[in-house]
Amino acid sequence: MKIHEYQARGILRKHGLPVPDFEVVSDPEAARVAAERFGGRVAVKAQVHVGGRGKAGGVKLASGPDEAADAARAILGMTIKGLPVRQVLVESAVDIADEFYVGIVVDRATKRPVVMVSDAGGVDIEEVARETPERIHKEGVDPLKGLSDGQAAALASRVESRPEIAARIAECIRGLYEAFSESDASLAEINPLVVTTSGDVRAIDAKILVDDNALFRHPEIAAMRDPSSETEQAKLAREIGLSYVKLDGSVGCIVNGAGLAMTTMDLIKMRGGEPANFLDIGGSSAPEKVVTALQIITSDPNVRSILVNIFGGITRCDDVARGLVMALESSPVDIPVVVRLTGTNEEEARSILAEHAFTTAESMDEAVGKAVALVGRRP
Amino acid sequence: MSIFIDEGTRVCVQGITGRDGAFHTKGMLEYGTRVVAGVTPGKGGASVEGVPVFDSMKEAVERTGANASITFVPARFATAAILEAAEAGVGLVVAVSEGVPTLDAARIYHRLVELGTRMIGPNCPGIISPGRSKLGIMPGWIHSRGSIGVVSRSGTLTYEVVDQLRREGLGQSSVVGIGGDPIIGTSFIDTLRAFQDDDQTEAVVLIGEIGGTDEEEAAAFVRNVMTKPVVGFIAGRTAPPGKRMGHAGAIIAGGKGTAEEKIAALSAAGIPVAERPSDIPSLVASALGRAE
Repeated sequence: MKIHEYQARGILRKHGLPVPDFEVVSDPEAARVAAERFGGRVAVKAQVHVGGRGKAGGVKLASGPDEAADAARAILGMTIKGLPVRQVLVESAVDIADEFYVGIVVDRATKRPVVMVSDAGGVDIEEVARETPERIHKEGVDPLKGLSDGQAAALASRVESRPEIAARIAECIRGLYEAFSESDASLAEINPLVVTTSGDVRAIDAKILVDDNALFRHPEIAAMRDPSSETEQAKLAREIGLSYVKLDGSVGCIVNGAGLAMTTMDLIKMRGGEPANFLDIGGSSAPEKVVTALQIITSDPNVRSILVNIFGGITRCDDVARGLVMALESSPVDIPVVVRLTGTNEEEARSILAEHAFTTAESMDEAVGKAVALVGRRP
Repeated sequence: MSIFIDEGTRVCVQGITGRDGAFHTKGMLEYGTRVVAGVTPGKGGASVEGVPVFDSMKEAVERTGANASITFVPARFATAAILEAAEAGVGLVVAVSEGVPTLDAARIYHRLVELGTRMIGPNCPGIISPGRSKLGIMPGWIHSRGSIGVVSRSGTLTYEVVDQLRREGLGQSSVVGIGGDPIIGTSFIDTLRAFQDDDQTEAVVLIGEIGGTDEEEAAAFVRNVMTKPVVGFIAGRTAPPGKRMGHAGAIIAGGKGTAEEKIAALSAAGIPVAERPSDIPSLVASALGRAE
């Protein structure tokens, strides 16, 4: 789950990181008041769930309250990569002498967290990794023991030679690891971590992604979810336990299992169609899930045909068939629906479907071929 | 022979009194698996499908000689259950549970390495050796005994492939679902190595998907170590970057983990990659030198 910069800053502050004072506001007047309170130059930053907001003009410096209000007005009206900006963060600007990157991710290959630091702070770290990988220093962390003081000190000394400042950076690295580990993050980064002209170390940006599977033990983080960052369909899917990803094509898909769902999309493309979505109804075959799945898909105006592809092992084909009939009886659709049900209780499923206006298929290839051919036809 | 399990594997079901645990215990017993114990804390003394239930793994192992476990406990209790099984001394834990936090999986992985316990999963359908034993949730009847090893990150996609193999008369030696999470206990390479050493296995089908680099590493292993033919399939050619496709591990992150990269790596290692699941049986047949 994504959280906003100001929320991530709150977590970092709890773990002792030097995060400057800030305020989050949603109108220009409040930005002016905040700037007055801080005095001097301030930074005004869009709070939106996308990367690259600086390049998009979502971060502005202001010399005083009037400029801060103007900056807030400009940013609050913006849409960055499709997402409208509803809140901005206002903070005192600092005089930057040096900028560093500190980040932590889970490395799948070594199955451990990896801490990365770089003296190329304030820029896109993926670009640094591509262009000048030698400027990124890494330490793998034993997840049973955590980051050692020695590892943090070693990393800090790779980017900063003055001992007392390196010690402060090491402290930030330890604090970030603690925040990462205790909030079950999949990514935690400070970019940039700055050294000011007076020699202070400050975390002036923060990004944390939290592992969805760990939200059950972090109710305070789960409550940070921004409802405006999620479409109605995505919310409906999440609440009933469907995996749904909207795409731009015209063939809607309902499949059981993630691998089979991806394969179904791939075959649609191979047959010259375009998938409208990824949708996995999961292992349980509760008819209600099928009803919701159909509801989500038919609310997408691009969808011109629907493919239901089920390999019933634990999922019972007759349950899925009942869900389909239930859904179409309560809200009929004028789009063709192609159904392929193989496996447990398939004969029973077939007889349930036979009484209704479904196009059926025996194999996945046949079903995909029919769903692509029927795009735009009447059912 | 078979890999990781055989007729003698003595299985303990963790979470046996839950809905899923009880349902699949019945399925495993019907398939012939030796389910000797179940564990649900607080339900010791009960029995499910004639299988005695204990309060702890330690007790279950001491009383029944269980040497493997399969976990059906809800995600929030799965970490403790897996660690408990390993500490009790079983050599194999099949973690069916979906939703184990990634940092927990990292901790479990490293602790199980110390204890010498193999974990399959989490978030997996389990393992079956057709006609011998199954520790998992896959429907037994789609499988048939034979010489093809199958290893996959998916569940139902594996059923689809196994079903097609059976229809073409290609039985399986063992079918292993290694799981869809970013951190899993048993990798493609671990399973390929076991298939390479298994007398019954003559060819292997590897079913991968987007995310991570496990398929690329497997390709290098096949090229450098394996002498048995391998046929590949990769799901997710049309998956958009940055979106999680159902499985926690199925995500193209920072431009890495695409289907194209994986298909290229497998092809470069001389592994034929099927475009569709229905092409897999004929590729396997020709890899075995049996012209159609």
